[in-house]
Amino acid sequence: MKTATKQLRPGRCLALVCAASVLLCSGCAGVQSALDPAGLQAHRISRLWWLMFWVCLSVFVIVMGALGYALWRSRRRERVATEPEAERSMTRWVTGAVVVSAAILFILLIADFSTGRAITSLESSDAVMIKVTGHQWWWEFTYDDPVPSQQVTTANEIHIPVGRPVRLEMTSHDVIHSFWVPNLHGKTDLLVGHQTVTWLQADRPGTYRGQCAEYCGHQHAHMALLVVAEPPEDFKAWLDHERLPAADPSNDEQRRGRQIFLTRAWVMCHQIRGTDAGARSGPDLTHLASRQTIAAGTLPNNRGNLGGWVVDSQGIKPGNKMPPNELSGEELQALLSYLESLK
Amino acid sequence: MLDLRVVRHIVVGLTAILFALAASGCVREQRRFREIPPGATAATAVRQTELQPGQPQPEEQIKGPYDENAYAVSEGQRLYEWYNCVGCHMHGGGNIGPPLMDDKWIYGGSPENIFDTIIEGRPNGMPSYRGRMPNQQVWQIVAYVRSMSGQLSKDVSPGRTDDMNVKTVEQSKGKEQPTTKPAEHPQ
Amino acid sequence: MTPTEEATRTADAERDETPNDERERRQLEETWKEPGGFFGWFRCVHHTTIGRRFIITAFIFFLLGGVEAVMIRIQLARPENRFLGPDLYNQIFTMHGSTMMFLFAVPVMEALGVYLVPLMVGTRNIAFPRLNAFGYYVYLFGGIFLYTMFLLNTGPDNGWFNYVPLSGPEYAPGKRSDTWAQMITFTELSALVVAVELIVTIFKLRAPGMSLNRIPLFVWAILVISFMIIFAMPTIALASTCLILDRLITTQFFNPAEGGDVLLWQHLFWFFGHPEVYIIFIPATGIVSSILPVFCRRKVFGYTALVLSLVSTGFIGFGLWLHHMFATNLPKVGQSFFTAASMMIAIPTGVQIFCWIATLWGGRLRFKTPLLFVLGFFLNFIIGGLSGVMVASVSLDQQVHDTFFVVAHLHYVLIGGAVFPLFAGFYYWFPKFTGRMLSEGLGRWVFALFMIGFNLTFFPMHQLGLKGMPRRVYTYLPEMGWGGLNLLSSIGGLIIAVSVLLFVIDVFRSLRAGELAGDNPWEADTLEWATSSPPPAYNFARLPTVAGRAALWDRREDQPIIKGVRSDLREMLVTNVLDAEPDHKTVLPSPTIWPFLSAVAVTGLFIGSIFTPWAVPVGAIPVAIALVGWFWPNRQEHEEELSAERDGRPPQEVEA
Repeated sequence: MKTATKQLRPGRCLALVCAASVLLCSGCAGVQSALDPAGLQAHRISRLWWLMFWVCLSVFVIVMGALGYALWRSRRRERVATEPEAERSMTRWVTGAVVVSAAILFILLIADFSTGRAITSLESSDAVMIKVTGHQWWWEFTYDDPVPSQQVTTANEIHIPVGRPVRLEMTSHDVIHSFWVPNLHGKTDLLVGHQTVTWLQADRPGTYRGQCAEYCGHQHAHMALLVVAEPPEDFKAWLDHERLPAADPSNDEQRRGRQIFLTRAWVMCHQIRGTDAGARSGPDLTHLASRQTIAAGTLPNNRGNLGGWVVDSQGIKPGNKMPPNELSGEELQALLSYLESLK
Repeated sequence: MLDLRVVRHIVVGLTAILFALAASGCVREQRRFREIPPGATAATAVRQTELQPGQPQPEEQIKGPYDENAYAVSEGQRLYEWYNCVGCHMHGGGNIGPPLMDDKWIYGGSPENIFDTIIEGRPNGMPSYRGRMPNQQVWQIVAYVRSMSGQLSKDVSPGRTDDMNVKTVEQSKGKEQPTTKPAEHPQ
Repeated sequence: MTPTEEATRTADAERDETPNDERERRQLEETWKEPGGFFGWFRCVHHTTIGRRFIITAFIFFLLGGVEAVMIRIQLARPENRFLGPDLYNQIFTMHGSTMMFLFAVPVMEALGVYLVPLMVGTRNIAFPRLNAFGYYVYLFGGIFLYTMFLLNTGPDNGWFNYVPLSGPEYAPGKRSDTWAQMITFTELSALVVAVELIVTIFKLRAPGMSLNRIPLFVWAILVISFMIIFAMPTIALASTCLILDRLITTQFFNPAEGGDVLLWQHLFWFFGHPEVYIIFIPATGIVSSILPVFCRRKVFGYTALVLSLVSTGFIGFGLWLHHMFATNLPKVGQSFFTAASMMIAIPTGVQIFCWIATLWGGRLRFKTPLLFVLGFFLNFIIGGLSGVMVASVSLDQQVHDTFFVVAHLHYVLIGGAVFPLFAGFYYWFPKFTGRMLSEGLGRWVFALFMIGFNLTFFPMHQLGLKGMPRRVYTYLPEMGWGGLNLLSSIGGLIIAVSVLLFVIDVFRSLRAGELAGDNPWEADTLEWATSSPPPAYNFARLPTVAGRAALWDRREDQPIIKGVRSDLREMLVTNVLDAEPDHKTVLPSPTIWPFLSAVAVTGLFIGSIFTPWAVPVGAIPVAIALVGWFWPNRQEHEEELSAERDGRPPQEVEA
């Protein structure tokens, strides 16, 4: 039994290391992954991560090696080795190990400071300015502009130009949330009564998913956002389009859908610029159909999902602030046609 | 070693009590996200006159469905702001609309009366919200409105909000006794 | 007396006992015996009785917290699972965290202290025994209160840290948040009173000869955390009180619109919260330092370095709290200070690890279950410590904060760093508590399953966090690609459950039919092994003296014992702080019902005060009555004390 245990020990360590490597290599890339950086800050943090990972792995292997060797040595020992010389030599080794540990920690500290300086150096006067307001459980974004009529409010999805810094001024409407797009940067909390600021910059085009990272109630799990990084011309085109009011309905069904929107529950909470719907409690729907997802990143934006969400949002996101709605089949189709026209 | 007999007695006794308590559940803390049917917006009617053919049947006092549910009252508080009740009624003190935190109820202060007020609207400026919100939300607002005059128990009424404090908090409000019979208001 | 106790006691008693000694021992038994019967159960004040109840209660909460963990893992095993809805999931993960942190981790370490410290320092009872009983009952009622409210659908649901404004009056309707806050009050009161008793015991009740530099390392660890408790616990009691006041009587502590601040909560909470995890970890290092010498058959390497590490960890631990708030946009320079401090604390911990490896290096090992768990501690805790150095960095923490990476880190340091040593301690001290050995064969199975299950559960979480999975989510989308790792993790959780179940089975089996242990089955060096297993109610028939750090190994042939402490009264020897020279004698109180009644009164006050502020003045009346009953002078006891003082014979060290 004793021998079996000792033999198991190195075997078990090895198996653990192998399993760990397999797991680690099984996918760093991916949407919402901190190890798939697409922005300056995420790059620097990812480099810091790999430095720390290899340093810590080496330390772990060395310490476990020392432990393993100590266990193995003692198997054949007949008496304890506590002579003064052995103890003195051991004291030197331990002191040396402590000094080396302190030195390694110091190096890691410097690496952290240097990374910290790099990721806070994005400040620029040419930045895109976005105000972020966190709600339970969706994101309100307002593109800031010195000309008030050029300001744009949208929800749950932002577009940013590649290669240009973006400054986010953030606060929360209700409880503490946290803005986190791992492919681009670390997270910053949205506090109540404080304004927090973070900077982002995407280095390559793509769609990056983020998620709220501070527990904020029932549907914290379903409070995601999308950051679409695109070439500057595409971004300008998008922003100009966002500034436009909602498209007018082009057929009878869409007109009927708009009438249903304005005479039923939706007008109580949502804004569609260009119509009488001006409530700000819920997300702005002026360009709903141009977004890739609905319900804060929970569902892909298509007719079926939109229908399900409109009729019974509580089944999809129980506890969220949008109530279920009673509609006949024909009314629902008309409403969906209208919503799909809001490009 | 442990006196196992004593411990056994205590454990059995406690378990029995706890099961009994758990079975009763706790209405105050239920979070009911949707009712059946989910989006229903039909109104329940309250008699507009006391005159009835044959033997008069007294109106039964229904308890507001959410009068004992703290989550619903808190939702009602949120909706009171979101749906702009504050625009006319302020935070209960009244302005264009009558105050809601006092003892005077022009159209009656029982839950079904308040429900009708919201759904049907009233003369002199109260809009009708029929079709604009499902019944569940109306009942939540009804419960909150009743808490504003201290009708609900202290552990169900909301505490202070995270805004500037402009009024007596509902959970500290003393219970107002309704003093006006519905049909007698001068207006 | 159970047959086991009878057997072991007789065997020891018959060794060199003169008729005088036997008479004295019978008198000691008579003086110190624990009251029997149903009502007598509530009157016990001896530290072994209370300590045993404390440990068992804490372990039951561990099992409850484990059930909650299994439920969490079942829900997260598949994406969009419907096992638990959001409301119930939020309650369950909050109950899991609160149970483990407040009702298990700190109490179990204090409980081990309550049971072992008086034995290890060679005295007959803990200081302030009635307060000890009171502390236990307050803890027990607090835990029962929390779980009763949970069954009444009023369990807290905002995380074990209960951030405002989510837990404030506007966003947390009902009484769930108040339940959490008041549970804090119960557990903090209990922790504080036990800490006070432990400090006084360690400073003033040690056996003569046990100067400060000869105290066992476990006792040092308990001393350090007791001081930490006294400085850290009031902060969270204050924070939770402010929260209840905000919710109940409209104060504005956390209302930004009226001059309050939501960050105030975080500062107060984490100023407690970070030392809390060291309060959990440091006694575990004490357990490791107790077990290693015994199973390496040599004294621990670097006693002074280990003591200095414990003390410095205790101090530095108070300077780290901001690393839980790196995402809140506080000034970068200030944050960097906390990065440096968080990395610095790895140094004393590293010193401890290197000293332990040095102990193993020069030892002749016995691979019994306690040592296996200690070795598991090494592996797991070092991983946790290294991932801790990673999250100490502000930049990296901004990516991994509030993700499963932190969940992995915290479980590696808490389970690896505290639960593994705790299990080692259970296997090591079970013979002392009960007089029987646990099964060595089953013990290896428990260890192996725990190791495999634990690593399988928590290692994949490192990767999940880096792949973007935040914490405290009741479900996740299938297209995120997190399903496979989560499933692995859940399978690991079930393996842990099996391991713990095996342990519980082993405990019950060994209680009935385990091998008899004798005084010192491990040939250990600390004083608790110098008396029978389990110890008699008077702990030591002959009060010992000490000649070195390893009390039993350094015992001389003619090591003196103490005579002159009366055996017809509950008299104890009080020594001085530095060198443990005898100072004076004191008489401790006898069993009494008042601690229990005071705890009941205090419970009524606490529970009432979450419903109405009137509970405070009204509830204070029964508390006052109970305290009056507690402190009412007892004529007979007073006369006994006077007669003891008049007696005047100082205690002496005589040959055994």
